Amino acid sequence: MALQRSDVEKIAHLARLGLNDSELPRITDALNSILGLVDQMQAVDTTGIEPLAHPLETTQRLRPDQVTESNQRDRYQAIAPMTENGLYLVPKVID
Amino acid sequence: MHQLSLAEIARGLADKSFSSQELTGALLSRIKQLDPQLNSFITVTEQQALDQARAADARRAAGENGALLGAPIAHKDLFCTNGVRTSCGSKMLDTFTAPYDATVVAKLAEAGMVTLGKTNMDEFAMGSANESSHYGAVKNPWNLEHVPGGSSGGSAAAVAARLLPVATGTDTGGSIRQPAALTNLTGLKPTYGRVSRWGMIAYASSLDQGGPMARTAEDCALLLQGMAGFDAKDSTCVDEPVPDYSASLGASLQGLRIGLPKEYFGAGLDPRIADLVHASVKELEKLGAVVKEISLPNMQHAIPAYYVIAPAEASSNLSRFDGVRFGHRCADPKDLTDLYERSRGEGFGVEVQRRIMVGAYALSAGYYDAYYLQAQKIRRLIKNDFMAAFHDVDVILGPTTPNPAWKLGSKVSDPVAAYLEDVYTITANLAGLPGLSMPAGFVDGLPVGVQLLAPYFQEGRLLNVAHQYQQVTDWHTRAPNGF
Repeated sequence: MALQRSDVEKIAHLARLGLNDSELPRITDALNSILGLVDQMQAVDTTGIEPLAHPLETTQRLRPDQVTESNQRDRYQAIAPMTENGLYLVPKVID
Repeated sequence: MHQLSLAEIARGLADKSFSSQELTGALLSRIKQLDPQLNSFITVTEQQALDQARAADARRAAGENGALLGAPIAHKDLFCTNGVRTSCGSKMLDTFTAPYDATVVAKLAEAGMVTLGKTNMDEFAMGSANESSHYGAVKNPWNLEHVPGGSSGGSAAAVAARLLPVATGTDTGGSIRQPAALTNLTGLKPTYGRVSRWGMIAYASSLDQGGPMARTAEDCALLLQGMAGFDAKDSTCVDEPVPDYSASLGASLQGLRIGLPKEYFGAGLDPRIADLVHASVKELEKLGAVVKEISLPNMQHAIPAYYVIAPAEASSNLSRFDGVRFGHRCADPKDLTDLYERSRGEGFGVEVQRRIMVGAYALSAGYYDAYYLQAQKIRRLIKNDFMAAFHDVDVILGPTTPNPAWKLGSKVSDPVAAYLEDVYTITANLAGLPGLSMPAGFVDGLPVGVQLLAPYFQEGRLLNVAHQYQQVTDWHTRAPNGF
């Protein structure tokens, strides 16, 4: 089932991507073309096949629960768009 | 001096034929002179390179040795470099100066390599033509009207044009091997987990792997030696000993069993490329290899599965670019949602937006089983095919790409047509296997690559086969006109 413009608007919002109205027809076409390619998968019989998450099927390593990083807040905030008193600034969230 | 391979540079520095400062200066002026035609660099780090070269010469004068000490390199612009812009080819990170070095960058710097700069790439490594970069397309030095391949297109064009001997690349669906094939280079994607991903800006975390790009297998061996190894900071890096890759280059190919998958020679392959691949097989047979036809029946499902898994992981990885902590931020956001949506809408280019949306859709409620889970099951079928094939053969050989480099702009409007160019390379990423592309001839003056695949952690075998092939052929020595 092909995606409609309203589906694309919903996905864009889920992904927090602000798209111009003028781009919507083009991106809708592109997504439908990509999903057409991807839908070829549905014909493959995968009954009883376990999904493969890591090619070597290793499990996550654990490390001792110790502090290994030093505090570099000033350094990391130097590249932030907007900070004040060591805090990241965003528009007001709660009135 | 620009014609020298990494191995020749190592010898020249060791016997004091030239210093790292002389070599670095010569290559920097060559980059200045020639790169405007290619656009292969996003950032040239001239002062830092000269400082590193001086330090390397001092280490040598103090008695230190090492194949990489004082040798030049450039890094694909998704490896974080402390104090240097790391853009990932995106407007989103145009002003991002990395506050630390990627493990690969740190290891090579410790070995004494001199970083000449950061190379152009498809935005966030999403592309096969290097046309999605915010900094403009890269040109193929073999024909300036054609693409160099991607996503490591800047690294490929720079090394092919003799601007420097080696560069790093990354490969998520073919992004080292495909541009290597299209520019007459040798490029290696290691086993998943062989090289640390720490400090590599993530595209699809279960597929991404960094590796070397060079003009010879011998140089790939030297560079991989410096890149590979366990890193506790990458949770999927594998703790396996790193063999001496240069030591195994000279091994005989007598009795080597090569598998030719029949699916690699079907419809869609340029018949002139098929002829060159068969000619390379003949050369390997003369060296003692035995050839057998094999089958990888699930190969045809790789592209659909990849275009679910990679976008799904990308949509998750790229959620960190929110306009708050680093990267592009829109002007005058009216609320938090507006800040996110406009920063991301302005910061990401069209191909990145497409893939984020495909991924967000595939992971959204109600679609997970049909898309992501089904793709991960197909991934196992593909791995099983390889495991069965490697019972009977030591390496698998085929074309790296179905076509030579295409014209700039010719596939921009049809993303699916460009995706199909990765048909032979994607399976190695899905299965996590090592793969190498090596030069094997020309079609209409454009390079053609042959791909070799081996079982896990057998990078040494791939380099050995390519090196032996390069002892009896001279395709890899050909240089593009004007470079």
